[in-house]
Amino acid sequence: MYAFEIERPTTLDAAKAAIAAGGQALSGGQTLIPTLKARLAMPETLVSLHGIADLKGIGTDGAGRICVKGATVHKTVADETAERFPALSYLASRIGDPAVRNRGTIGGSLANNDPSACYPAVALATGATICTDRRDIAADDYFQGMFTTALDEGEIVTEVKFPVPQAAAYEKFIQPASRFPLVAVFVARFADGVRVAITGASESGVFRWTAAEEALTATFSPDAVAGLQVDPDGMIGDLHGTKEYRAHLCNIMTKRAVQHAS
Amino acid sequence: MKLSLRVNGRDVTGDVEGRTLLVDFLRNDLRLTGTHVGCDTSQCGACTVHVDGKLVKSCTMFAVEADGAEVATIEGAAAPDGTLSVIQQAFQDHHGLQCGYCTPGMVMTAASLLRENPKPTEHEVRQYLEGNICRCTGYHNIVKAIMAASGQEMPAMAAE
Repeated sequence: MYAFEIERPTTLDAAKAAIAAGGQALSGGQTLIPTLKARLAMPETLVSLHGIADLKGIGTDGAGRICVKGATVHKTVADETAERFPALSYLASRIGDPAVRNRGTIGGSLANNDPSACYPAVALATGATICTDRRDIAADDYFQGMFTTALDEGEIVTEVKFPVPQAAAYEKFIQPASRFPLVAVFVARFADGVRVAITGASESGVFRWTAAEEALTATFSPDAVAGLQVDPDGMIGDLHGTKEYRAHLCNIMTKRAVQHAS
Repeated sequence: MKLSLRVNGRDVTGDVEGRTLLVDFLRNDLRLTGTHVGCDTSQCGACTVHVDGKLVKSCTMFAVEADGAEVATIEGAAAPDGTLSVIQQAFQDHHGLQCGYCTPGMVMTAASLLRENPKPTEHEVRQYLEGNICRCTGYHNIVKAIMAASGQEMPAMAAE
């Protein structure tokens, strides 16, 4: 690997200063370190967020939202949300593998916005709020395409606030080599309607399937989406699956998520 | 950059570059070559060690991030007199390895699993091993060994 420096601040202010001076934030590193090895990114300074205690942990706010600090690892989310929000816990418990889940963080995943990542699905389906060191961003405004978010240069995801649905489920059709979703669907049913977010499928990254949302808001049943189809145009087509196959999976995985929603 | 940590119960210090991966520090500086580099892309799990009791891939963590931590590698698995750990012995008894390249990572992962879940089902064992790749055994004997190490009988498997 090429040479770079690593800074290890213990406060958010120190991290912000180091990033403002040109550093690249390093969270769990489960995507960034392989990226550096491949020299797809070559920052001169990394700023590790790992030592900042204020960026870790899970709480609840006055509105009943589950609030996960940005540098909280997947394993902690899986363990600590099992009772309060089982579908979020399940999603976190199936990211990557056990070793990856001990290092990878929610903030890192959302900042990277891999088109096949799991966390964007739950953030968008629940209408979560992504809080940064500068502002709060609604999930509907945050995801802006493959590896693209509303974050400005050097902005740090400090916390994610999830409204807890009445019923929800995450269904992931796994790509067995990478363990990322080939297609995965998060369905969230709230008092005022149903939201459906799909990851892994689209060339534009995570998206809401609004036709399914309308059908499921009217009738929350797998049959409600039986006649609906996602347009294959704009889906990812690669050696793992064609555009048409991914579009088909969007429907199937949505049905399964509705069936399993609890 | 200076770092000090405990590795297999022994205090060690080092002077590394920012880019030095934990696996390279273990292998090159401490000469603990039991931890292997298989893929170097965090896919295969041959480099799996425990950091503060948690399973991590040491090829996807920088050495300086282990400053102050407690690290356990395969070299610390057996007793000082060479007596194999229960998991290591089970791998030998059940022929859970062929070439042996993935074995250090498999044993460290198995130890982590059995600490979290002392009586896993076969399915839970297989799921926990999803970040550890073995190109020789087809996993059957690895799963058998881990089930045996947990003190459980292994029912006949469908593929046998």
